[in-house]
Amino acid sequence: MPILDNLQLNDDGRLKHFLTIEGLNKSLLTEILDTAESFAEMSQQQVKKYPLLRGKTIVNLFFENSTRTRTTFELAANRLSADVLNMNIATSATSKGESLLDTIHNLEAMFVDMFVVRHAVSGSAHFIAQHTAPGISVINAGDGQHAHPTQAMLDMFTIRRLKQDFSQLRVAIIGDILHSRVARSQIQALNILGAAEVRVIAPKTLLPSHVQKLGVNVAHNLEQGLKNIDVIMMLRLQKERMAGALLPSESEYFHCFGLTRKKLEIANPDAIVMHPGPINRGVEIESAVADGSQSVILQQVSHGIAIRMAIMTMVMQTGGQA
Amino acid sequence: MTINTLQIPSLLDTLESQLRQQMLARKLINPLMIGIHSGGVWVANILHQQLNIKDPLGLLDISFYRDDFSQIGMNPSVKPSQLPIDIEGRDIILIDDVFYTGRTIRAALNEIFDYGRPNQVLLGVLIHRDGQQIPLKPDCIGTEITLPPGQRIKLTGPDPLAIEIQATKPKAT
Repeated sequence: MPILDNLQLNDDGRLKHFLTIEGLNKSLLTEILDTAESFAEMSQQQVKKYPLLRGKTIVNLFFENSTRTRTTFELAANRLSADVLNMNIATSATSKGESLLDTIHNLEAMFVDMFVVRHAVSGSAHFIAQHTAPGISVINAGDGQHAHPTQAMLDMFTIRRLKQDFSQLRVAIIGDILHSRVARSQIQALNILGAAEVRVIAPKTLLPSHVQKLGVNVAHNLEQGLKNIDVIMMLRLQKERMAGALLPSESEYFHCFGLTRKKLEIANPDAIVMHPGPINRGVEIESAVADGSQSVILQQVSHGIAIRMAIMTMVMQTGGQA
Repeated sequence: MTINTLQIPSLLDTLESQLRQQMLARKLINPLMIGIHSGGVWVANILHQQLNIKDPLGLLDISFYRDDFSQIGMNPSVKPSQLPIDIEGRDIILIDDVFYTGRTIRAALNEIFDYGRPNQVLLGVLIHRDGQQIPLKPDCIGTEITLPPGQRIKLTGPDPLAIEIQATKPKAT
């Protein structure tokens, strides 16, 4: 069995699956960004559809709810001329007790070419990639608290378009780092691409132990943490965390860690504000900031299509073959 | 004609004169010229001026329409195509630098037809080399040459335009 880090690469070092940022090198991430740049420019054209994945069948296998990620994956696949099958897990055999592997093997028997997987359990996408038939590619659209690599890449794409050189950038990631697959993937991507500093800002209860080992600086105070920051990446506060007694209340959290116009002034004047969505207005971010001139949140959504087109094309180039 | 005697100005003159003849013979009305990125655009830029084409030159990057991307990979930096809003019913002059297998032209026609249904398409190339693989041929050419296997001819430019003979990489197995 191949080791996990190399599972997503073939013998030539090309992408076969896209499961995590971990283990990928700077040149491969840069190639994804460059390819996405071409697709992003194409989105201005009158005809936005290309025959690159004609005849391929892509299955969106979402075991968790998603709006942005699933729709942008679907739109990306459509623009590449692939056929897309959206599995509604709530009404599928999985809800009747079918195991994950049986679901996968049944779909394989329908001669599909790619699985786009979101699942609440960390490692699900790796598990499917290990057990799926040769020739089928797997893209991780978010697994548990582990990784959300396409979100991280669309964030990197947005940063590079607006700020160009990673080596000059100080980036703050603010919020629930402990439970966030987005933050984990963002930190890995920023470090591989050579950001000058990655700073996480969160209450102690929402940080993993030994967080510094991820290659970040830590701040527990938003006002102090925002100094000299060029890019602010907000995370969604998952409201169920309140029930877990990790936080006193939403209003208390907003008071300490919510991004307001006043606090935004502490960061560099040309700092950009990002959020993976969905936004909890008045919990982690003030509406005036989310809709303000420094917000690039809707650009992130547009870039999600280009990044997913790039990654789907790249994994299909190798046809999933080892 | 041998490679050493290929002179770009004279190839351009021959191509231009053949295009003029064909434009008359096929009764092209207010034609639209489209160059294929990148060598075709360089050639088309010159012909566009010499033939006094009114509409701006259209640009086509056919990378996303290639039939061999799964074998040779995709060039990450693809330029957006720039075609006018309405291709429907237009007379088109399509220009490329080298015609070899015909696959580039197949891809270009597919992309053009995604934008609309032109009335007719005239294909002009600076150099027609042997090695056709699909049933397409240029209508107008600057010259025709034969190359030994393992060699390819390439236009470099845009300033100055020059012709290079290169060894091709062996195919991946």
